[in-house]
Amino acid sequence: MISPFEVIETIKMIQEEKLDIRTITMGISLLDCCDPNAGEACRKIYDKITGLASDLVRVGEDIEREYGIPIINKRISVTPIALVAGSSGEEDYVMFARAMERAADQVGVNFIGGFSALVHKGYTNGDRRLIHSIPEALSVTRKVCSSVNVATTKAGINMDAVREMGLIIKEAASLTADQGGLACAKLVVFANVPEDNPFMAGAFHGIGEPECVINVGVSGPGAIKSALEEVRGADFGVVAETIKKKAFKITRMGQLVAQEASRRLGVSFGIVDLSLAPTPSVGDSVAHILEEMGVEKCGAHGTTAALALLNDAVKKGGTMASSYVGGLSGAFIPVSEDAGMIDAVRCGALSLEKLEAMTCVCSVGLDMIAVPGDTSSDTISAIIADEIAIGVINNKTTAVRIIPSPGKEVGDLVEFGGLLGSGPVMKVSRYGSGEFIKRGGRIPAPIHSLSN
Amino acid sequence: MRAVITVIGKDRVGIIAGVSTILADCNVNILDLSQTIMQDVFTMIMLVDISRSTVTFSGLSESLDAKGRELGLSIRIQHEDIFSSMHRI
Repeated sequence: MISPFEVIETIKMIQEEKLDIRTITMGISLLDCCDPNAGEACRKIYDKITGLASDLVRVGEDIEREYGIPIINKRISVTPIALVAGSSGEEDYVMFARAMERAADQVGVNFIGGFSALVHKGYTNGDRRLIHSIPEALSVTRKVCSSVNVATTKAGINMDAVREMGLIIKEAASLTADQGGLACAKLVVFANVPEDNPFMAGAFHGIGEPECVINVGVSGPGAIKSALEEVRGADFGVVAETIKKKAFKITRMGQLVAQEASRRLGVSFGIVDLSLAPTPSVGDSVAHILEEMGVEKCGAHGTTAALALLNDAVKKGGTMASSYVGGLSGAFIPVSEDAGMIDAVRCGALSLEKLEAMTCVCSVGLDMIAVPGDTSSDTISAIIADEIAIGVINNKTTAVRIIPSPGKEVGDLVEFGGLLGSGPVMKVSRYGSGEFIKRGGRIPAPIHSLSN
Repeated sequence: MRAVITVIGKDRVGIIAGVSTILADCNVNILDLSQTIMQDVFTMIMLVDISRSTVTFSGLSESLDAKGRELGLSIRIQHEDIFSSMHRI
Protein backbone atom coordinates (compact mmCIF):
# COMPACT_ATOMS: atom_id res chain seq x y z
CA MET A 1 0.00 0.00 0.00
CA ILE A 2 1.05 3.58 -0.54
CA SER A 3 2.55 4.93 2.67
CA PRO A 4 0.54 7.43 4.73
CA PHE A 5 3.30 10.00 4.26
CA GLU A 6 3.00 9.76 0.49
CA VAL A 7 -0.77 10.06 0.64
CA ILE A 8 -0.50 13.11 2.86
CA GLU A 9 2.19 14.66 0.64
CA THR A 10 -0.07 14.39 -2.40
CA ILE A 11 -3.05 15.83 -0.55
CA LYS A 12 -0.94 18.66 0.86
CA MET A 13 0.37 19.52 -2.62
CA ILE A 14 -3.20 19.80 -3.88
CA GLN A 15 -4.88 21.39 -0.87
CA GLU A 16 -2.26 23.76 0.49
CA GLU A 17 0.23 24.25 -2.32
CA LYS A 18 -2.38 24.72 -5.03
CA LEU A 19 -1.12 22.00 -7.32
CA ASP A 20 -3.53 21.64 -10.20
CA ILE A 21 -3.83 20.61 -13.78
CA ARG A 22 -4.03 23.96 -15.51
CA THR A 23 -5.65 22.70 -18.65
CA ILE A 24 -6.76 19.76 -20.71
CA THR A 25 -6.63 21.07 -24.25
CA MET A 26 -8.15 19.20 -27.16
CA GLY A 27 -6.42 19.95 -30.45
CA ILE A 28 -8.69 19.66 -33.47
CA SER A 29 -7.71 19.83 -37.13
CA LEU A 30 -10.01 22.04 -39.19
CA LEU A 31 -8.24 21.41 -42.49
CA ASP A 32 -11.29 19.53 -43.81
CA CYS A 33 -13.51 22.54 -43.04
CA CYS A 34 -12.12 24.66 -45.90
CA ASP A 35 -14.84 25.86 -48.24
CA PRO A 36 -15.10 28.53 -50.97
CA ASN A 37 -18.22 29.72 -49.18
CA ALA A 38 -17.22 31.30 -45.85
CA GLY A 39 -20.62 30.70 -44.24
CA GLU A 40 -20.40 27.03 -45.11
CA ALA A 41 -16.84 26.85 -43.73
CA CYS A 42 -18.06 28.37 -40.45
CA ARG A 43 -20.85 25.80 -40.25
CA LYS A 44 -18.34 22.97 -40.81
CA ILE A 45 -16.05 24.42 -38.14
CA TYR A 46 -18.88 24.63 -35.61
CA ASP A 47 -20.07 21.10 -36.39
CA LYS A 48 -16.62 19.58 -36.21
CA ILE A 49 -15.67 21.22 -32.91
CA THR A 50 -18.98 20.51 -31.20
CA GLY A 51 -18.88 16.92 -32.49
CA LEU A 52 -15.39 16.05 -31.28
CA ALA A 53 -15.37 18.07 -28.05
CA SER A 54 -18.91 17.35 -26.84
CA ASP A 55 -17.66 15.20 -23.93
CA LEU A 56 -14.48 17.13 -23.12
CA VAL A 57 -15.83 19.13 -20.19
CA ARG A 58 -17.75 16.19 -18.68
CA VAL A 59 -14.73 13.89 -18.90
CA GLY A 60 -12.54 16.60 -17.35
CA GLU A 61 -14.97 16.98 -14.46
CA ASP A 62 -15.21 13.22 -13.94
CA ILE A 63 -11.43 12.92 -13.73
CA GLU A 64 -11.28 15.88 -11.38
CA ARG A 65 -13.78 14.22 -9.05
CA GLU A 66 -12.39 10.70 -9.13
CA TYR A 67 -8.74 11.62 -8.69
CA GLY A 68 -9.31 14.61 -6.46
CA ILE A 69 -7.08 16.87 -8.56
CA PRO A 70 -8.46 20.24 -9.69
CA ILE A 71 -8.50 20.75 -13.45
CA ILE A 72 -8.80 24.49 -13.84
CA ASN A 73 -9.56 24.85 -17.55
CA LYS A 74 -10.80 22.76 -20.42
CA ARG A 75 -9.78 24.26 -23.75
CA ILE A 76 -9.73 23.69 -27.47
CA SER A 77 -7.05 24.54 -29.99
CA VAL A 78 -7.68 24.45 -33.74
CA THR A 79 -5.76 24.66 -37.00
CA PRO A 80 -4.60 28.26 -37.65
CA ILE A 81 -7.74 29.86 -39.04
CA ALA A 82 -5.77 31.68 -41.76
CA LEU A 83 -5.16 28.27 -43.37
CA VAL A 84 -8.83 27.29 -43.21
CA ALA A 85 -10.42 30.63 -44.08
CA GLY A 86 -7.96 31.29 -46.89
CA SER A 87 -9.97 29.04 -49.24
CA SER A 88 -12.94 31.39 -49.05
CA GLY A 89 -13.32 34.71 -50.84
CA GLU A 90 -14.31 36.41 -47.59
CA GLU A 91 -12.29 39.52 -46.70
CA ASP A 92 -13.38 39.82 -43.09
CA TYR A 93 -12.61 36.81 -40.88
CA VAL A 94 -14.53 37.99 -37.81
CA MET A 95 -17.28 35.53 -38.71
CA PHE A 96 -14.79 32.68 -38.22
CA ALA A 97 -14.00 33.94 -34.73
CA ARG A 98 -17.71 34.07 -33.98
CA ALA A 99 -18.12 30.48 -35.17
CA MET A 100 -15.28 29.43 -32.84
CA GLU A 101 -16.92 31.29 -29.95
CA ARG A 102 -20.29 29.67 -30.58
CA ALA A 103 -18.70 26.22 -30.65
CA ALA A 104 -16.74 26.96 -27.45
CA ASP A 105 -19.93 28.12 -25.71
CA GLN A 106 -21.81 25.06 -26.88
CA VAL A 107 -19.28 22.55 -25.48
CA GLY A 108 -18.61 24.67 -22.35
CA VAL A 109 -14.84 25.12 -22.63
CA ASN A 110 -13.06 28.12 -21.10
CA PHE A 111 -11.01 29.18 -24.13
CA ILE A 112 -10.53 28.31 -27.78
CA GLY A 113 -7.23 29.12 -29.49
CA GLY A 114 -6.20 29.16 -33.11
CA PHE A 115 -7.37 32.45 -34.59
CA SER A 116 -3.83 32.40 -35.84
CA ALA A 117 -1.45 32.95 -38.73
CA LEU A 118 2.11 31.78 -39.39
CA VAL A 119 3.88 34.56 -41.25
CA HIS A 120 7.54 34.11 -40.33
CA LYS A 121 8.59 34.27 -43.95
CA GLY A 122 5.73 36.16 -45.50
CA TYR A 123 1.98 36.59 -45.82
CA THR A 124 -0.53 34.59 -47.79
CA ASN A 125 -3.78 36.37 -48.65
CA GLY A 126 -5.46 34.43 -45.84
CA ASP A 127 -2.79 35.51 -43.35
CA ARG A 128 -3.22 39.16 -44.30
CA ARG A 129 -6.99 39.05 -43.92
CA LEU A 130 -6.78 37.19 -40.64
CA ILE A 131 -4.35 39.66 -39.11
CA HIS A 132 -6.54 42.59 -40.19
CA SER A 133 -9.51 40.89 -38.51
CA ILE A 134 -7.76 40.27 -35.16
CA PRO A 135 -8.72 43.50 -33.31
CA GLU A 136 -12.43 43.19 -34.01
CA ALA A 137 -12.45 39.40 -33.63
CA LEU A 138 -10.97 39.66 -30.14
CA SER A 139 -13.23 42.49 -29.08
CA VAL A 140 -16.52 40.83 -30.09
CA THR A 141 -15.66 37.43 -28.58
CA ARG A 142 -14.70 36.41 -25.05
CA LYS A 143 -13.14 32.97 -25.41
CA VAL A 144 -11.31 33.22 -28.72
CA CYS A 145 -7.51 33.54 -28.53
CA SER A 146 -5.20 34.61 -31.30
CA SER A 147 -1.52 34.21 -32.10
CA VAL A 148 0.80 35.24 -34.90
CA ASN A 149 4.21 33.65 -35.50
CA VAL A 150 6.45 36.35 -36.96
CA ALA A 151 9.83 34.62 -36.89
CA THR A 152 11.69 31.33 -36.75
CA THR A 153 15.36 30.53 -36.34
CA LYS A 154 15.34 28.97 -39.82
CA ALA A 155 13.49 31.79 -41.58
CA GLY A 156 14.60 34.90 -39.69
CA ILE A 157 12.28 37.71 -38.59
CA ASN A 158 9.48 39.10 -40.72
CA MET A 159 9.84 42.76 -39.74
CA ASP A 160 6.82 43.78 -41.83
CA ALA A 161 4.74 41.54 -39.60
CA VAL A 162 6.46 42.88 -36.47
CA ARG A 163 5.56 46.42 -37.57
CA GLU A 164 1.98 45.46 -38.33
CA MET A 165 1.50 43.64 -35.02
CA GLY A 166 2.35 46.88 -33.20
CA LEU A 167 -0.54 48.55 -35.01
CA ILE A 168 -2.87 45.58 -34.49
CA ILE A 169 -2.15 45.51 -30.74
CA LYS A 170 -2.88 49.25 -30.46
CA GLU A 171 -6.14 48.85 -32.34
CA ALA A 172 -7.18 45.82 -30.27
CA ALA A 173 -6.50 47.84 -27.11
CA SER A 174 -8.55 50.80 -28.29
CA LEU A 175 -11.53 48.60 -29.25
CA THR A 176 -11.58 47.21 -25.70
CA ALA A 177 -10.60 50.44 -23.93
CA ASP A 178 -13.47 50.09 -21.44
CA GLN A 179 -11.93 46.78 -20.26
CA GLY A 180 -8.37 48.05 -19.97
CA GLY A 181 -7.43 46.75 -23.43
CA LEU A 182 -8.50 43.19 -22.62
CA ALA A 183 -8.36 42.02 -26.27
CA CYS A 184 -4.55 42.26 -26.12
CA ALA A 185 -4.50 39.71 -23.29
CA LYS A 186 -5.84 37.19 -25.80
CA LEU A 187 -3.21 37.90 -28.45
CA VAL A 188 0.37 36.59 -28.58
CA VAL A 189 3.17 37.36 -31.04
CA PHE A 190 5.61 34.46 -31.31
CA ALA A 191 9.01 33.39 -32.55
CA ASN A 192 9.51 29.62 -33.05
CA VAL A 193 5.95 28.89 -31.97
CA PRO A 194 5.31 25.30 -30.83
CA GLU A 195 2.49 23.44 -32.61
CA ASP A 196 1.25 21.49 -29.61
CA ASN A 197 1.08 24.10 -26.85
CA PRO A 198 -1.97 23.62 -24.60
CA PHE A 199 -1.64 27.04 -22.92
CA MET A 200 -3.51 30.18 -23.93
CA ALA A 201 -3.43 32.59 -25.52
CA GLY A 202 -0.88 30.93 -27.83
CA ALA A 203 -2.47 27.50 -28.36
CA PHE A 204 -3.22 26.30 -31.87
CA HIS A 205 -3.30 22.89 -33.54
CA GLY A 206 -0.27 22.75 -35.82
CA ILE A 207 -0.21 21.28 -39.29
CA GLY A 208 2.03 18.39 -38.21
CA GLU A 209 -0.53 17.29 -35.64
CA PRO A 210 -3.04 14.43 -35.97
CA GLU A 211 -6.78 14.84 -36.58
CA CYS A 212 -7.54 15.21 -32.88
CA VAL A 213 -5.27 15.10 -29.84
CA ILE A 214 -5.24 15.67 -26.08
CA ASN A 215 -2.50 17.88 -24.61
CA VAL A 216 -2.24 18.65 -20.92
CA GLY A 217 -0.60 21.57 -19.14
CA VAL A 218 0.38 21.23 -15.50
CA SER A 219 0.97 23.93 -12.93
CA GLY A 220 2.41 23.87 -9.42
CA PRO A 221 4.68 26.81 -8.47
CA GLY A 222 3.34 26.55 -4.90
CA ALA A 223 4.54 22.96 -4.53
CA ILE A 224 8.06 23.89 -5.70
CA LYS A 225 8.21 26.90 -3.38
CA SER A 226 7.12 24.80 -0.44
CA ALA A 227 9.73 22.11 -1.20
CA LEU A 228 12.45 24.78 -1.29
CA GLU A 229 11.36 26.10 2.11
CA GLU A 230 12.55 22.77 3.52
CA VAL A 231 16.11 23.27 2.22
CA ARG A 232 16.76 26.90 3.16
CA GLY A 233 20.46 27.75 3.09
CA ALA A 234 21.47 24.55 1.25
CA ASP A 235 23.76 24.81 -1.80
CA PHE A 236 22.52 24.91 -5.40
CA GLY A 237 23.07 21.19 -5.97
CA VAL A 238 20.47 20.53 -3.28
CA VAL A 239 18.17 23.23 -4.67
CA ALA A 240 18.27 21.73 -8.18
CA GLU A 241 17.74 18.22 -6.86
CA THR A 242 14.75 19.33 -4.75
CA ILE A 243 13.10 21.06 -7.72
CA LYS A 244 13.69 18.06 -9.99
CA LYS A 245 12.02 15.67 -7.55
CA LYS A 246 9.00 17.91 -7.09
CA ALA A 247 8.70 18.59 -10.82
CA PHE A 248 8.73 14.84 -11.40
CA LYS A 249 5.77 14.37 -9.07
CA ILE A 250 3.85 17.28 -10.55
CA THR A 251 4.37 16.00 -14.07
CA ARG A 252 3.37 12.43 -13.16
CA MET A 253 0.01 13.82 -12.23
CA GLY A 254 -0.23 15.56 -15.61
CA GLN A 255 0.74 12.36 -17.36
CA LEU A 256 -1.93 10.39 -15.49
CA VAL A 257 -4.64 12.92 -16.31
CA ALA A 258 -3.55 13.15 -19.96
CA GLN A 259 -3.62 9.38 -20.42
CA GLU A 260 -6.93 9.02 -18.65
CA ALA A 261 -8.55 11.87 -20.61
CA SER A 262 -7.30 10.52 -23.91
CA ARG A 263 -8.52 6.99 -23.07
CA ARG A 264 -11.98 8.15 -22.01
CA LEU A 265 -12.40 10.47 -24.99
CA GLY A 266 -10.98 7.95 -27.47
CA VAL A 267 -8.52 10.57 -28.70
CA SER A 268 -4.75 10.14 -29.01
CA PHE A 269 -2.49 11.53 -26.28
CA GLY A 270 -0.21 14.28 -27.55
CA ILE A 271 2.04 15.79 -24.91
CA VAL A 272 2.32 16.99 -21.35
CA ASP A 273 3.53 20.58 -21.12
CA LEU A 274 5.84 20.85 -18.11
CA SER A 275 5.25 24.51 -17.52
CA LEU A 276 5.16 26.04 -14.08
CA ALA A 277 2.16 28.29 -14.62
CA PRO A 278 1.38 30.77 -11.84
CA THR A 279 -2.02 32.22 -10.97
CA PRO A 280 -2.76 35.52 -9.21
CA SER A 281 -3.72 33.73 -5.99
CA VAL A 282 -1.35 33.77 -3.03
CA GLY A 283 0.94 30.72 -2.88
CA ASP A 284 0.95 30.10 -6.63
CA SER A 285 3.76 32.38 -7.74
CA VAL A 286 6.95 31.75 -9.75
CA ALA A 287 8.42 35.02 -8.42
CA HIS A 288 8.13 33.67 -4.88
CA ILE A 289 10.18 30.59 -5.85
CA LEU A 290 12.98 32.88 -7.03
CA GLU A 291 12.72 34.87 -3.80
CA GLU A 292 12.81 31.63 -1.80
CA MET A 293 16.15 30.90 -3.51
CA GLY A 294 17.53 34.05 -1.94
CA VAL A 295 16.94 37.14 -4.08
CA GLU A 296 15.25 39.74 -1.90
CA LYS A 297 12.73 40.68 -4.58
CA CYS A 298 12.13 39.20 -8.00
CA GLY A 299 14.11 41.40 -10.39
CA ALA A 300 17.10 41.93 -8.07
CA HIS A 301 20.52 40.87 -9.39
CA GLY A 302 20.69 37.08 -9.35
CA THR A 303 17.11 36.66 -10.57
CA THR A 304 18.13 35.51 -14.06
CA ALA A 305 20.48 32.87 -12.65
CA ALA A 306 17.82 31.67 -10.21
CA LEU A 307 15.29 31.40 -13.03
CA ALA A 308 17.77 29.54 -15.25
CA LEU A 309 18.32 26.94 -12.55
CA LEU A 310 14.58 26.63 -11.90
CA ASN A 311 13.69 26.24 -15.57
CA ASP A 312 16.34 23.63 -16.21
CA ALA A 313 15.55 21.59 -13.11
CA VAL A 314 11.83 21.59 -13.92
CA LYS A 315 12.60 20.22 -17.38
CA LYS A 316 14.98 17.57 -16.06
CA GLY A 317 12.52 16.33 -13.44
CA GLY A 318 9.50 16.58 -15.70
CA THR A 319 10.97 14.90 -18.75
CA MET A 320 11.46 11.63 -16.95
CA ALA A 321 7.90 11.70 -15.61
CA SER A 322 6.15 11.83 -18.95
CA SER A 323 6.40 9.70 -22.07
CA TYR A 324 5.90 12.72 -24.37
CA VAL A 325 6.80 16.25 -23.42
CA GLY A 326 6.13 19.29 -25.59
CA GLY A 327 4.46 22.67 -25.78
CA LEU A 328 6.19 25.52 -24.02
CA SER A 329 7.63 23.45 -21.12
CA GLY A 330 9.38 25.78 -18.69
CA ALA A 331 8.60 28.39 -16.08
CA PHE A 332 6.15 31.11 -17.10
CA ILE A 333 6.65 34.67 -15.95
CA PRO A 334 3.39 36.45 -16.82
CA VAL A 335 3.42 39.64 -14.78
CA SER A 336 -0.30 40.19 -14.20
CA GLU A 337 -0.93 36.52 -13.41
CA ASP A 338 1.66 36.20 -10.65
CA ALA A 339 1.20 37.86 -7.24
CA GLY A 340 4.96 38.00 -6.64
CA MET A 341 5.66 39.59 -10.04
CA ILE A 342 2.97 42.21 -9.45
CA ASP A 343 4.53 43.08 -6.07
CA ALA A 344 8.00 43.23 -7.58
CA VAL A 345 6.90 45.65 -10.30
CA ARG A 346 4.98 47.82 -7.85
CA CYS A 347 7.93 48.21 -5.50
CA GLY A 348 10.27 49.04 -8.40
CA ALA A 349 12.35 45.83 -8.22
CA LEU A 350 11.30 44.45 -11.58
CA SER A 351 11.57 46.38 -14.86
CA LEU A 352 10.77 45.56 -18.46
CA GLU A 353 14.50 45.35 -19.19
CA LYS A 354 15.05 42.76 -16.45
CA LEU A 355 12.06 40.77 -17.63
CA GLU A 356 13.55 40.71 -21.11
CA ALA A 357 16.78 39.30 -19.70
CA MET A 358 14.83 36.68 -17.75
CA THR A 359 13.10 35.49 -20.90
CA CYS A 360 16.49 34.42 -22.29
CA VAL A 361 16.58 31.54 -19.82
CA CYS A 362 12.97 30.52 -19.39
CA SER A 363 9.86 29.62 -21.26
CA VAL A 364 7.83 32.05 -23.36
CA GLY A 365 8.67 35.73 -23.05
CA LEU A 366 7.29 39.14 -22.19
CA ASP A 367 3.93 37.95 -20.97
CA MET A 368 0.91 39.88 -19.72
CA ILE A 369 2.69 43.18 -19.46
CA ALA A 370 0.64 46.35 -19.22
CA VAL A 371 2.29 49.49 -20.61
CA PRO A 372 1.02 53.09 -20.78
CA GLY A 373 -1.88 53.67 -23.14
CA ASP A 374 0.04 56.34 -25.04
CA THR A 375 2.86 53.93 -25.99
CA SER A 376 3.27 54.23 -29.76
CA SER A 377 2.79 51.31 -32.11
CA ASP A 378 6.44 51.71 -33.19
CA THR A 379 7.61 51.23 -29.62
CA ILE A 380 5.41 48.15 -29.22
CA SER A 381 6.80 46.75 -32.48
CA ALA A 382 10.33 47.43 -31.25
CA ILE A 383 9.63 45.65 -27.95
CA ILE A 384 8.35 42.72 -30.00
CA ALA A 385 11.43 42.83 -32.28
CA ASP A 386 13.81 42.68 -29.30
CA GLU A 387 12.02 39.76 -27.71
CA ILE A 388 11.64 37.86 -30.98
CA ALA A 389 15.35 38.34 -31.73
CA ILE A 390 16.18 36.61 -28.43
CA GLY A 391 14.17 33.60 -29.55
CA VAL A 392 15.53 33.50 -33.07
CA ILE A 393 19.19 33.79 -32.10
CA ASN A 394 18.92 31.38 -29.17
CA ASN A 395 16.83 28.82 -31.04
CA LYS A 396 13.99 28.92 -28.53
CA THR A 397 10.38 29.99 -28.34
CA THR A 398 9.78 33.56 -27.26
CA ALA A 399 6.60 35.57 -27.32
CA VAL A 400 5.09 38.93 -26.46
CA ARG A 401 1.70 39.52 -24.91
CA ILE A 402 1.60 43.22 -24.17
CA ILE A 403 -1.32 45.47 -23.30
CA PRO A 404 -1.07 49.21 -24.01
CA SER A 405 -3.94 49.98 -21.69
CA PRO A 406 -5.86 53.04 -22.94
CA GLY A 407 -5.81 56.01 -20.57
CA LYS A 408 -3.47 54.29 -18.10
CA GLU A 409 -0.12 55.57 -16.91
CA VAL A 410 2.91 54.10 -15.19
CA GLY A 411 1.95 52.95 -11.69
CA ASP A 412 -1.75 52.40 -12.46
CA LEU A 413 -3.17 48.92 -12.04
CA VAL A 414 -5.21 47.34 -14.86
CA GLU A 415 -7.77 44.69 -13.88
CA PHE A 416 -8.24 41.85 -16.36
CA GLY A 417 -10.07 39.45 -14.07
CA GLY A 418 -9.90 35.70 -13.47
CA LEU A 419 -6.67 33.88 -14.34
CA LEU A 420 -5.47 36.95 -16.26
CA GLY A 421 -5.12 38.86 -12.98
CA SER A 422 -4.24 42.54 -12.73
CA GLY A 423 -1.24 44.23 -14.27
CA PRO A 424 0.70 47.20 -12.93
CA VAL A 425 1.49 49.53 -15.83
CA MET A 426 5.24 49.34 -16.57
CA LYS A 427 7.60 51.98 -17.85
CA VAL A 428 8.87 51.81 -21.43
CA SER A 429 11.79 53.73 -22.92
CA ARG A 430 10.91 57.33 -23.77
CA TYR A 431 13.22 57.24 -26.78
CA GLY A 432 11.70 56.34 -30.13
CA SER A 433 12.29 53.39 -32.46
CA GLY A 434 10.24 54.69 -35.40
CA GLU A 435 13.01 54.83 -37.99
CA PHE A 436 14.11 51.30 -37.12
CA ILE A 437 10.62 49.83 -37.43
CA LYS A 438 9.86 51.79 -40.63
CA ARG A 439 12.53 49.90 -42.58
CA GLY A 440 10.45 46.73 -42.97
CA GLY A 441 11.59 43.64 -44.84
CA ARG A 442 13.11 40.59 -43.20
CA ILE A 443 15.98 40.12 -40.79
CA PRO A 444 17.85 37.11 -42.24
CA ALA A 445 18.08 33.79 -40.43
CA PRO A 446 21.07 33.64 -38.09
CA ILE A 447 24.15 31.48 -38.54
CA HIS A 448 24.55 28.76 -35.98
CA SER A 449 28.22 28.07 -36.09
CA LEU A 450 30.83 30.40 -34.58
CA SER A 451 28.58 30.60 -31.50
CA ASN A 452 29.65 33.36 -29.17
CA MET B 1 -11.19 -0.32 -8.97
CA ARG B 2 -9.43 0.68 -5.77
CA ALA B 3 -9.60 4.02 -4.04
CA VAL B 4 -7.95 5.71 -1.09
CA ILE B 5 -10.07 7.35 1.59
CA THR B 6 -8.34 9.88 3.81
CA VAL B 7 -9.74 11.29 7.02
CA ILE B 8 -7.90 14.28 8.42
CA GLY B 9 -8.83 16.37 11.45
CA LYS B 10 -9.28 16.25 15.21
CA ASP B 11 -9.59 12.83 16.79
CA ARG B 12 -12.97 11.95 18.29
CA VAL B 13 -15.24 9.01 19.04
CA GLY B 14 -16.98 7.33 16.12
CA ILE B 15 -14.79 8.21 13.12
CA ILE B 16 -14.09 4.65 11.99
CA ALA B 17 -17.64 3.60 12.83
CA GLY B 18 -19.10 6.48 10.83
CA VAL B 19 -16.96 5.87 7.75
CA SER B 20 -17.18 2.09 7.78
CA THR B 21 -20.97 2.17 8.13
CA ILE B 22 -21.23 4.20 4.94
CA LEU B 23 -18.85 1.83 3.18
CA ALA B 24 -20.75 -1.26 4.34
CA ASP B 25 -24.05 0.28 3.23
CA CYS B 26 -22.59 0.87 -0.22
CA ASN B 27 -20.99 -2.58 -0.44
CA VAL B 28 -17.46 -1.17 -0.47
CA ASN B 29 -14.80 -3.51 0.91
CA ILE B 30 -12.01 -2.20 3.15
CA LEU B 31 -8.68 -3.72 2.06
CA ASP B 32 -6.28 -1.94 4.37
CA LEU B 33 -6.41 0.70 7.05
CA SER B 34 -3.85 2.74 8.93
CA GLN B 35 -4.19 5.58 11.34
CA THR B 36 -1.68 7.85 12.92
CA ILE B 37 -1.24 11.25 14.51
CA MET B 38 0.83 13.45 12.18
CA GLN B 39 1.79 16.90 13.42
CA ASP B 40 -0.99 16.72 16.04
CA VAL B 41 -3.56 15.91 13.40
CA PHE B 42 -5.49 12.66 13.30
CA THR B 43 -4.94 10.97 9.95
CA MET B 44 -6.64 7.81 8.82
CA ILE B 45 -5.97 6.23 5.46
CA MET B 46 -8.10 3.42 4.05
CA LEU B 47 -7.57 1.44 0.88
CA VAL B 48 -10.94 0.25 -0.40
CA ASP B 49 -12.28 -1.78 -3.28
CA ILE B 50 -15.18 0.00 -4.94
CA SER B 51 -15.68 -2.35 -7.88
CA ARG B 52 -18.84 -3.81 -6.30
CA SER B 53 -20.11 -0.52 -4.91
CA THR B 54 -23.87 -0.06 -5.15
CA VAL B 55 -23.54 3.71 -5.61
CA THR B 56 -21.60 5.81 -8.12
CA PHE B 57 -18.21 7.27 -7.30
CA SER B 58 -19.70 10.75 -6.90
CA GLY B 59 -22.51 9.38 -4.72
CA LEU B 60 -19.98 7.75 -2.41
CA SER B 61 -17.83 10.86 -2.40
CA GLU B 62 -20.81 13.02 -1.41
CA SER B 63 -21.88 10.66 1.44
CA LEU B 64 -18.35 10.69 2.84
CA ASP B 65 -18.12 14.44 2.52
CA ALA B 66 -21.40 14.86 4.38
CA LYS B 67 -20.21 12.53 7.16
CA GLY B 68 -17.01 14.57 7.34
CA ARG B 69 -18.96 17.77 7.86
CA GLU B 70 -21.07 16.10 10.53
CA LEU B 71 -17.96 14.97 12.43
CA GLY B 72 -16.00 18.17 11.80
CA LEU B 73 -13.33 16.40 9.74
CA SER B 74 -12.17 16.33 6.17
CA ILE B 75 -12.99 13.02 4.46
CA ARG B 76 -12.12 12.50 0.83
CA ILE B 77 -11.97 9.62 -1.58
CA GLN B 78 -9.60 9.50 -4.54
CA HIS B 79 -8.71 6.93 -7.16
CA GLU B 80 -5.64 4.98 -6.00
CA ASP B 81 -3.75 5.73 -9.23
CA ILE B 82 -3.14 9.36 -8.33
CA PHE B 83 -0.93 8.28 -5.44
CA SER B 84 0.76 5.36 -7.15
CA SER B 85 1.57 7.35 -10.28
CA MET B 86 3.03 10.21 -8.26
CA HIS B 87 5.15 8.13 -5.89
CA ARG B 88 6.02 4.96 -7.82
CA ILE B 89 8.10 4.60 -10.96
